[in-house]
Amino acid sequence: MSNDYRLYPLGDSGIVVSFGDEINFGIHKRIQQFTEVLEQSLCKGMIEYVPAFTTVTIYYDPWIMSEKGRRNPYTAMSTYIEELLFRQEEKSEAVARQIEIPVCYGGKYGPDLEKVAAFHSLTPDEVISIHTNGEYLVYMIGFAPGFPYLGGMSEEIATPRKESPRNSIPKGSVGIAGMQTGVYPIETPGGWQLIGRTPLTLFNQKKDSPSLLQAGDRIRFVSISETEYEAQKEVDED
Amino acid sequence: MSIKVIRPGLLTTIQDIGRHGYQKDGMIVSGAMDKVALRIANLLVGNQENQPAIEITLMGPKIEFQQDALIALTGGDLSPTVNDEAVKMWRPLYVKKGSVLQFGVPTLGCRSYLSVSGAFNIPAVMGSTSTSLRARIGGLNGKALQSGDEVLSHPPTETGEAIIKKLVKKQTDRSFQQAFWTIHPKLLPSYETPIIRTMKGAEFDWFTKESQQHFFQQEFDVTPQSDRMGYRLKGKKLVLGQEKELLSSAVTFGTIQVPKEGQPIVLLADHQTTGGYPRIGQVATADFSALAQISPGKKVSFQAISLDEAQHLYMEQEKKINHIKRALRMKI
Repeated sequence: MSNDYRLYPLGDSGIVVSFGDEINFGIHKRIQQFTEVLEQSLCKGMIEYVPAFTTVTIYYDPWIMSEKGRRNPYTAMSTYIEELLFRQEEKSEAVARQIEIPVCYGGKYGPDLEKVAAFHSLTPDEVISIHTNGEYLVYMIGFAPGFPYLGGMSEEIATPRKESPRNSIPKGSVGIAGMQTGVYPIETPGGWQLIGRTPLTLFNQKKDSPSLLQAGDRIRFVSISETEYEAQKEVDED
Repeated sequence: MSIKVIRPGLLTTIQDIGRHGYQKDGMIVSGAMDKVALRIANLLVGNQENQPAIEITLMGPKIEFQQDALIALTGGDLSPTVNDEAVKMWRPLYVKKGSVLQFGVPTLGCRSYLSVSGAFNIPAVMGSTSTSLRARIGGLNGKALQSGDEVLSHPPTETGEAIIKKLVKKQTDRSFQQAFWTIHPKLLPSYETPIIRTMKGAEFDWFTKESQQHFFQQEFDVTPQSDRMGYRLKGKKLVLGQEKELLSSAVTFGTIQVPKEGQPIVLLADHQTTGGYPRIGQVATADFSALAQISPGKKVSFQAISLDEAQHLYMEQEKKINHIKRALRMKI
């Protein structure tokens, strides 16, 4: 257990804890446990951390970590991280949150649904059924505010990206790109095939925890009608 | 106090040290491109280091002061003038109500910082006032300053008042008055050299021996497709020794990624939180200021240093800023 990680620097103010080189649930769980310990043990000099598929990167201030030049900051940081890695073994497992994401599929909200269906010789309803049947795991949040990297999409509906990306994808759009599916929390350019849209706000700067989804969450997509979409749409205050 | 934007310039935004603590939520850090210049701009007018200031890029704005104000201009030299008279950088500057600040030709660097004593009155969003253009958060409604915008500021700090008193004593009928003293050039970031000290990145060994050498030997062009998110460079193509896929992982200010086409991208203040391209290098924090002041069309090259050297440089830089703080206390 103690030798299943590797530490390396990300420049002079970052340290990466790597738990492996492939996406799998075991590594994901280990990262979840580690970030839980990290969250409770942020020491002075540690700025923030970013969990990813197989790594957790911790940013720190070398000046503070060195105790004003008395110690080597990278060594000091490594030692601290190793203590935390050791401590995590005694920690219990966190219970994953289950979150439902309502999606209005097809029509103006999912302009590429028909194309995705045609690509696989399925009907649009079959695509919706496959997409809503899966349980997805949020492996990491990255790329853009609140953007989830999800695992668990069925190969049956995996579809290549559009040849030329759209200049603007509306916020809340649910898309497919290769084996990935996800939701765009903010308006952005992008090349994903858009199959629907959620009325939920995935990123709200006014909340303490601005991203609705967190790494480790389990999510399901639920099909809703256009009327339900309009009724559930959260009004933007600004 | 308030200022009025008559003309916004190329890209004029409110920035502080950045929005930290939310990268795990995918939130962009943003903040000043040249943080040392921002910190010193604040210190010169008696503010805390991490107060909002205005970041001015290449083509500066035209700004009118609605009340008397104590300001400072730091960073790149964009030939600032007050009421058409040249003013000096890196020192307190007292301007009278109605004065107009403008900028001319960039003579050194490309980003200036304008601070005002008491600091601009900008609500913090997620702990920071920095404008994040992509997330449309912070600053003035998440946007760059526009013509007609008014930016309010708090009353001058106690230290600011003390500086004003000293400057006003010497006041003639001029519309502005500058301090006669400035910070010793040795304590300021150097913008002269386009040689940026850089550590090897985690995937440096993935590149061919030849590409590894090219990376540290050649000069790259900073292309016009560069912005606050990153500099896109152009040079001899950098290639991987073997096809390997990298899983997305954290990236930061100064991370040098190489996408498939082989031309590196240096990530800057508005960098995304994670990336999946091989990281050939990581710029030393002590050279972020010099990096931030390189304008598109110029050249840049990278000099290899070790992690120990980079951390040593980091600490030397913090010592310099502490030195400036002490020196300013003596002065005021």
